[in-house]
Amino acid sequence: MTNQNTLSHVDLETPEKPFLDANELVINMGPQHPATHGVLRVILRLDGEKVLGLECVIGYLHRGVEKIGEHRTYTMFNPYVDRMDYVAAVSNGLGYCETVEKLLNVEAPPRAQHVRVILTELNRIASHQLWLGTHALDIGAITPLFYTFRDREEILKIYEKYCGARLTTHAFRIGGLQYETYAGFEKEVKNFLNFFRPKIDEYEELLTTNRIWLERTKGVGKISAQDCIALGVTGPVLRASGMKWDLRKAQPYACYKNFDFEIPIGQNGDTYDRYLVRMVEMRQSVRIIEQALGALPEGPIMAKVPKVMKPPAGEVYHSIEAPKGELGYFIVSDGSTQPYRVRVRPPSFVNLQALDLMCRGQLVADVIAVIGTLDIVLGEVDR
Amino acid sequence: MREFIQYITSYLGSNQTPGTAGNIFWVVVYVLLVFTGISLGVIAMNWLERKILAHMQVRLGPMRVGPHGLLQPFADALKLLLKEDLIPAEADSVIFWCAPFMVVLAAFTVFVVVPFGPTHAITDMNIGILFMLGVSSLSVLGIVMAGWASNSHYPLIGALRSSAQMVSYEVAMGMAVVSVILMTSLNAVGTGTLSMIGIVQAQLAQHEWFIFKFFPLGLIAFFIFAVAMVAETNRAPFDLAEAESELTAGFHTEYSGFRWSLFFLAEYGAMMAASSIAVTLWLGGWLRPFPNMLAGAGWDQLFSFIPGASFLFLAGLCFYSTARMPKHPYFRIQTIGLAGFGALLGLVGLILFIPPVRAWVQDIFWFSAKVAGFMYLYIWYRGTFPRYRFDQLMKMGWKVLLPMGLGILILTAGVALYQQNLWHP
Repeated sequence: MTNQNTLSHVDLETPEKPFLDANELVINMGPQHPATHGVLRVILRLDGEKVLGLECVIGYLHRGVEKIGEHRTYTMFNPYVDRMDYVAAVSNGLGYCETVEKLLNVEAPPRAQHVRVILTELNRIASHQLWLGTHALDIGAITPLFYTFRDREEILKIYEKYCGARLTTHAFRIGGLQYETYAGFEKEVKNFLNFFRPKIDEYEELLTTNRIWLERTKGVGKISAQDCIALGVTGPVLRASGMKWDLRKAQPYACYKNFDFEIPIGQNGDTYDRYLVRMVEMRQSVRIIEQALGALPEGPIMAKVPKVMKPPAGEVYHSIEAPKGELGYFIVSDGSTQPYRVRVRPPSFVNLQALDLMCRGQLVADVIAVIGTLDIVLGEVDR
Repeated sequence: MREFIQYITSYLGSNQTPGTAGNIFWVVVYVLLVFTGISLGVIAMNWLERKILAHMQVRLGPMRVGPHGLLQPFADALKLLLKEDLIPAEADSVIFWCAPFMVVLAAFTVFVVVPFGPTHAITDMNIGILFMLGVSSLSVLGIVMAGWASNSHYPLIGALRSSAQMVSYEVAMGMAVVSVILMTSLNAVGTGTLSMIGIVQAQLAQHEWFIFKFFPLGLIAFFIFAVAMVAETNRAPFDLAEAESELTAGFHTEYSGFRWSLFFLAEYGAMMAASSIAVTLWLGGWLRPFPNMLAGAGWDQLFSFIPGASFLFLAGLCFYSTARMPKHPYFRIQTIGLAGFGALLGLVGLILFIPPVRAWVQDIFWFSAKVAGFMYLYIWYRGTFPRYRFDQLMKMGWKVLLPMGLGILILTAGVALYQQNLWHP
């Protein structure tokens, strides 16, 4: 067996040689470019339209979130994590709260855990909707964007009603929830699920069997499972290359082990498989939310947590399956009210390093497709 | 003076186009009319594209400037004219300056031979279709000039893509066109024609639109042309030259203000030109629907009412929307504006009912209606399809459309020979 930590075939240090001895074209894509999803800057080395190699320049959105964590109490740092992956803010909050709970050795009560799962899965749907819309837009289909945004609005309305914020929600607290669900929460979520199920078919109708979509995505940005592991790529990108690795099943957190759902996997690891995997994930999220709603227990929503949090000295790493991949928090406590060190393992940042590997030898148009399919959020890449 | 008036009136009785009759005065009048018409068409398309696309995408589109955003194109035009006229420091300013004019010139010159009716064309050239294809492909020159003169990477890539694309799709397009020219030769004389008016008259004489001729050969040729013409005009899903998600704006990235609006004008002009070629060649040009199945004076009479009726229908729509406008005083001007627009459309509709106007206008109406159908298709494509990649586009042009076009050409020639008893297999 080969060493799992080496890349299969590509030497990422040196770009490929051009086919003809013509001048290479080095062009700069971003940080202000309509398709780099924010402020990603990609330096492309081109032979005509063929990509010989590329380099990502990041840091345009760096706000020092990790450093801020060292100067805030555990509770005060909670809203900051929402600003990393702002399209999946609830997942970020869940990851952080669970990590601190692990450090404090408390566990959120069952009702809180169920509500957390419901909101997080809604967030997964919202994040995937945003991905689908922008990804399709990058490939030139302008219409799906408006459909997905129309439906994402319903999720945001539920958030707004629950906690007053639509995007950076700060929905969870360390030890459980701040707010009880509002009257009619269950009914509204149920209504959303019934509303949303046919909408997935609507998206798929526009794209899944569209000839141009197939040509643009099949065989584009291929990455093998072995390369994914070597680069630390996780989430739908890893699953589309055939690895059945989902932290919700592999290391169950919250109360995911109570629910019955499937992990979709692809075979080819190309853009089309990643598209299919995410579409199925949306359907599975609907299933999880349904089960969680059905089994929503009564009871307290907050565990006993001290007002002033002073976790015992030590360190903890906890990770969850965010919409984009493994989202991990590594927190070192020195016994004071503030963390000694917070380190975030953001999925977007780690996944982004596969970009060069996936784009080598492809065309310029594919770079756009691959950036879209990696589903990065620059707020999370730069933190 | 009298001679001049005589010169003007001498044309009125003729049943030729002014160009063929050699009457310069009427040529100028027709040129101005066509130019105004096309410009109005572009303005209408600007509004319609936004509105139709918006409604496909569950949004409203422009709503603020005028009732239902009707004045939006004028607001945009004003904004573009007032913008600072930028020429990048590193650009080759002379070529940069020339390029938009080149593109506009190519797009508008084509309309010299477009037949809006049997005599409603600026001129009737005996090489009409060749002239159209030739001049319309000149626009690629302007695009390459724009891309090169900008002296910047994205425009350059856009221009290169565009030139490769236009050159390769022109070949397939030519094959489809030649198959139509073969069809025009199926008459007693046995000689075909390249004249745009002649092609429509051949369809009239053969009692068949060429799209249905030798079914399905005409249909396939039409399909090839319909695909190639979208690629030729750089529209979605073949809009690689200006692929906004890849090349920001492609060849016109560095252009702004009036120069940019010239590119815009040329793009829509070229779309109309390509559509009018397709209409002339396959859809019977100015002929009304069912000229043979529903022939007879009664049917002619009935169909001649349609132009006026359709304007009245649009007026009715306007009045219906007026009634549904919010009653708030804030909307008063908009409501009045919409009612006024409806009244204008209604007036035009009523004028179109006057017998001499009715007879005169219906050719133009049917031609424009068919072209409008194509314009709707362009918008529909844009709302539905993702964008092709460059190599896939080339593959489609050379490996699918070109062989198909060649096959259709050979088959059409074979069938034509067989029908005229010139070939006995």
